[in-house]
Amino acid sequence: MTDQDYNFAFLDEQTKRMLRRAILKAVAIPGYQVPFGSREMPLPYGWGTGGMQVTAAVIGADDVLKVIDQGADDTTNAVSIRRFFKRMTGVATTEKTREATLIQTRHRVPETPLQAGQILVYQVPIPEPLRWLEPREIETRIMHALSEYGVMHVKLYEDIARHGHISTAYDYPVLVNGRYLMRCSPIPKFDTPKLHMNPALQLFGAGREKRIYALPPHTDVKPLDFEDHPFEIEHWPEPCALCGATDSFLDEVILDDKGGRMFVCSDTDYCGERREAGHRGRMSPPETLEAAE
Amino acid sequence: MYVAVKGGEAAIENAHKLLAEDRRGDAALPELDVAQIREQLSLGVDRVMTEGSIYDRDLAALALKQARGDQVEAIFLLRAYRTTLPRLGIAAPLDTQAMQVSRRISATFKDLPGGQLLGPTFDYTHRLLDFALLAEQEPIAAKQAGALADSMPQVVDLLNAEGLIERELPDAEDDVVGDITREPLMFPADRAVRLQSLARADEGYLLALGYSTQRGYAKSHPFVGEIRSGTVPVELDIPELGFTVDIGEIDVTECQMINQFRGSRSEPPKFTRGYGLSFGYAERKAMAMALVDRALRAEELGEDITAPAQDQEFVLYHGDNVEASGFVQHLKLPHHVDFQAELALVRKMRAEIAAAGAAPEFEEAAQ
Amino acid sequence: MNTIEMPLLNVEGIEKSFGRQPACRDVSLELWPGEVLGIVGESGSGKSTLLKILAGRLAADAGRIHYRSAGEGIVELLGASEAQRRRLMRREWGFVQQHARDGLRMGFSAGANIGEPMMALGQRDYGSLRNTAKDWLRAVEIPEERLDDAPRTFSGGMQQRLQIARNLVTHPRIVLMDEPTGGLDVSVQARLLDLLRRLVHEHNVAVILVTHDLGVARLLADRLMVMRRGQVVEAGLTDQLLDDPQHAYTQLLVSSVLGV
Repeated sequence: MTDQDYNFAFLDEQTKRMLRRAILKAVAIPGYQVPFGSREMPLPYGWGTGGMQVTAAVIGADDVLKVIDQGADDTTNAVSIRRFFKRMTGVATTEKTREATLIQTRHRVPETPLQAGQILVYQVPIPEPLRWLEPREIETRIMHALSEYGVMHVKLYEDIARHGHISTAYDYPVLVNGRYLMRCSPIPKFDTPKLHMNPALQLFGAGREKRIYALPPHTDVKPLDFEDHPFEIEHWPEPCALCGATDSFLDEVILDDKGGRMFVCSDTDYCGERREAGHRGRMSPPETLEAAE
Repeated sequence: MYVAVKGGEAAIENAHKLLAEDRRGDAALPELDVAQIREQLSLGVDRVMTEGSIYDRDLAALALKQARGDQVEAIFLLRAYRTTLPRLGIAAPLDTQAMQVSRRISATFKDLPGGQLLGPTFDYTHRLLDFALLAEQEPIAAKQAGALADSMPQVVDLLNAEGLIERELPDAEDDVVGDITREPLMFPADRAVRLQSLARADEGYLLALGYSTQRGYAKSHPFVGEIRSGTVPVELDIPELGFTVDIGEIDVTECQMINQFRGSRSEPPKFTRGYGLSFGYAERKAMAMALVDRALRAEELGEDITAPAQDQEFVLYHGDNVEASGFVQHLKLPHHVDFQAELALVRKMRAEIAAAGAAPEFEEAAQ
Repeated sequence: MNTIEMPLLNVEGIEKSFGRQPACRDVSLELWPGEVLGIVGESGSGKSTLLKILAGRLAADAGRIHYRSAGEGIVELLGASEAQRRRLMRREWGFVQQHARDGLRMGFSAGANIGEPMMALGQRDYGSLRNTAKDWLRAVEIPEERLDDAPRTFSGGMQQRLQIARNLVTHPRIVLMDEPTGGLDVSVQARLLDLLRRLVHEHNVAVILVTHDLGVARLLADRLMVMRRGQVVEAGLTDQLLDDPQHAYTQLLVSSVLGV
């Protein structure tokens, strides 16, 4: 055995063709989960293989790739996936949302609004929104075919009866194009509204569960709720400590063991851009000192 | 003063170096040779081939070396490698009747045409640690078996002749056989697809499920009809030529379980069957597979489905250790954003209760 | 207001066998709006099989079922698509199971159980759902405080009453009932039957009630159909049939039950 040259984007052309057919079908039926013959990738199932197969199917030599995990480009898994594609395609990579043509993400939608022509690829662990209510795949497929989604509202009703709130904080169920019930992947509630009428193409890949689904640009995406208990996003008690943003999702950072904490933008590119533009937060370093390495 | 920590890339580089160091272990000792692993840890190699779905002893041995002996990790390496291999063609079904047998036993008949051939087996060893193995040994030559009998008919064929066992007939020529390596598993899954899934499923998982059927979780009353291990030729079907070409041979282990008979006052009773197949000498895997195969046939045989081993979706969805390991271990990945979302919600709810004064007893939120 | 009195349900020639065992042989019946039709017989008579076929849970070997639906005209159910059948069942029919656990979500609250059929039909106001559920708890004589409790914590009779509420909340035109009082204490049965009789008449629901208990049939059913070994042996008005049975088997049934 010798070290071989890999095909562009690792997968062979037959596999890419199979994936593209699945993606096209998904785009034609927004929110519908298309089964596909997922392949083992060099990263484990559960670590983004679905997203990677979708990316591998659509990436071209001229693309500029951004990969984020929890909103950051530098988390270990994002680094790992970006290195993989750099090695397998040689495409340019970036940390700037504005400059990317293709973004693969785990658990967040970038704060910077996306443009027409951009593609956002989501990593999905469990694609089936009804899975916790009905473990059987045979049953859930029938429920989707017949639009029998009553049981999902029952779950939401029960949340309100028990807790006073719908208790889904991330991976919120949405109705797509008035027809299919869909899971957004584990993005926080905060990001769910970004899916609605987005000018970018949004693709969702679940490798282990072997499903692909999609939101073509400008698709109607409505979070499930009740008229008198409408969907709400999260709020924080303070703005980002580094850039002062009040409109982004904030990570909580524990500073000491006395309960000291601060909140920082989860989207590192967004925060960085704001800081470059001169915005400051309460923990920003003073102008006269240089930032420590 | 807080400064966001960067350096994920450097951290990964370093982790790889530590891994390489640990894999080598004490550098004063000779490095493991892939050939040694292939020869002297052959049962480990057999398992990695079987669940990795590639018959190549050298590759499997290399995977085991790279994985530091972790079989599930080695299986993952082979599967990922498999993704890069093009499919050149499809072989004709293996003819195990034509096997060059090195081991063949049956529990259902004391004596049978071809005889009982023990072959290399742990079965009759006493499991006493052999400290002599701490030192290198002089190679031992085993006594060669006498000339093998001319014919070793399958035990199931003997029962077939009397009509005592259900027949397993090949599908019609043009029936399409599913391919789990190319298509996703869809339910209900037919037997061919189920057997494919079981063949690459985790041995420990199948062992536990098979065991459960022997203890009352479904009842199959199994007997080992036959286990045979040995070498079979692989014939590649070449449609352009219109015939098959012998491209080599592989070692396999085949297990035919004979199970609970089925019949009624009007229909003569017959025994039912379970089938297991593995690469190399993975006998325990072949046996467990045969037990689970039979359990999964419950619906087709008109039996009540009462036990986990009979539940198609449950068994087949969770048997692939590459998928299972990936998803279980993915919990190590950062989840602080989703966790943050939950934290925000819980804090909000608690604040509302506090604001409302007395805190009524709230039931634990069920998942 | 029905201007043309046509049967709600017209069942013709239902045949069903399990292997060589016939369970239903040429069974026909009509069901009229607002009437309670009882199907009685011993176990093995085929009455439960017939009910399952009517509910679409079992396929018939032959026969036709014409249903006069509220919005889709006359639908032949055995030939209809699964989508249409399930839609009609969800909107216009109910099924009260013998064991409440089969007809309820035991892990969800009483309110969720009653609310579900409404949510399935598009009701999206939490407050209204809750109020309607409370109204129904009152109607089936379950204390309002139990609205957020799971039926796991209810007595058998209460679970059954909850099941009835869940089935009636969408004002179905037909409700199928499979031994609704089976397995309950005699006193609990009586209370339940009383409730059923009142609700069925209040809401003008047509009911097909399967029971082996002639006392239950006498109390609830307007008309009766007697089944034996898969066939209908006699049918007629309840009182007439029970007071003056014509068929030998019906006579045997009636005479073997005390005080019917």
